[in-house]
Amino acid sequence: MGCGRVGARLASLLDEDGHEVTVLDNDTYSFRRLPSSFGGTALFGNGINEEALKKAGIEEADVFVALTQGDNRNVMSCQIAKHIFNVPRVMCRIYDPLREEMYSALGLETISPTKVFAQLLREKLEG
Amino acid sequence: MYIIIVGGGRLGYNLLKALLNEGHEVLLLEKDARICRTIIEEMGSVCYRGDGCEAAILDEVGTGRADMMVAVTGDDEDNLVACQVAKHKHNVPRTIARIRNPQNAALFKKLGIDVTVSTTDLILETIEREVPTHPLTQLMALDEKGLVIVDVKISPESATVGKTVKDLSLPKESKLALVIPNQGNAHVPAANTVLRAGDQIIAVTSPESKEALQIALRGV
Repeated sequence: MGCGRVGARLASLLDEDGHEVTVLDNDTYSFRRLPSSFGGTALFGNGINEEALKKAGIEEADVFVALTQGDNRNVMSCQIAKHIFNVPRVMCRIYDPLREEMYSALGLETISPTKVFAQLLREKLEG
Repeated sequence: MYIIIVGGGRLGYNLLKALLNEGHEVLLLEKDARICRTIIEEMGSVCYRGDGCEAAILDEVGTGRADMMVAVTGDDEDNLVACQVAKHKHNVPRTIARIRNPQNAALFKKLGIDVTVSTTDLILETIEREVPTHPLTQLMALDEKGLVIVDVKISPESATVGKTVKDLSLPKESKLALVIPNQGNAHVPAANTVLRAGDQIIAVTSPESKEALQIALRGV
């Protein structure tokens, strides 16, 4: 969910590896970021809407990743994927480190790019 | 009671006013500086600028001692997160979220939000009640019992006019509670009560049987 720079790149990498990939975005203009070689599905829809998720095939999905700009949208869609559709693996990007910690404690698999990137820069600078 | 409201739109603004009038301690959280200023100018320091989804902001306003959080922004995802942070980080005993997509009620309940209010459903129900030809209106939901109370009108065209209650093939989850005739007093229906055109029937039913109940009362 979310066809931004990270979403589009992840989708095309997983597609190259031979996985069946569907990208969901509520702005079709975002799909321009997908390379022409992309063999998966690009679907217009709102990822916090159960109907749109069903259309994207969430009931058969093994993995769901939320990568929109909005932390709250990501959190909500991941909780739908996990608690309503029982997707085996759900990953959630949350920029805000405090929110990330809380949802991680609540059992979501979360990544805070803010935290990771700051840490990475520190290591580079100090190492 | 200390109540925190998230979202200073029309709903949040009016809720703030109403709760202050009732004598509660209320604080409204709003991201937009201009809206904050307007509210403070009108009502004093009852508004705080900040994102109600951020644990740090909620800390600053003493959410730990709040009795209730009401999230009424226009975005369901923001209301969900505000309530979850209040509940899990600050142990707020009661959280209420406004939802715009009625489908989200089940999800929010599952995720521990105490009460959801679907503004879309409320508006729909109110309008439906005002449409004179609408044969079935939901009056109230008894969420804990999984039942709803509905109002069904018997139109002159209904095949059930002149029939008795025992002749109806009612779904077994539905019970007729009251018949309000066009003229005369409301009465509790018995097996031999005869239906008349213009009768208004108050019934209790499971939400799934609403349609079947309506068909049974129309008789087609």
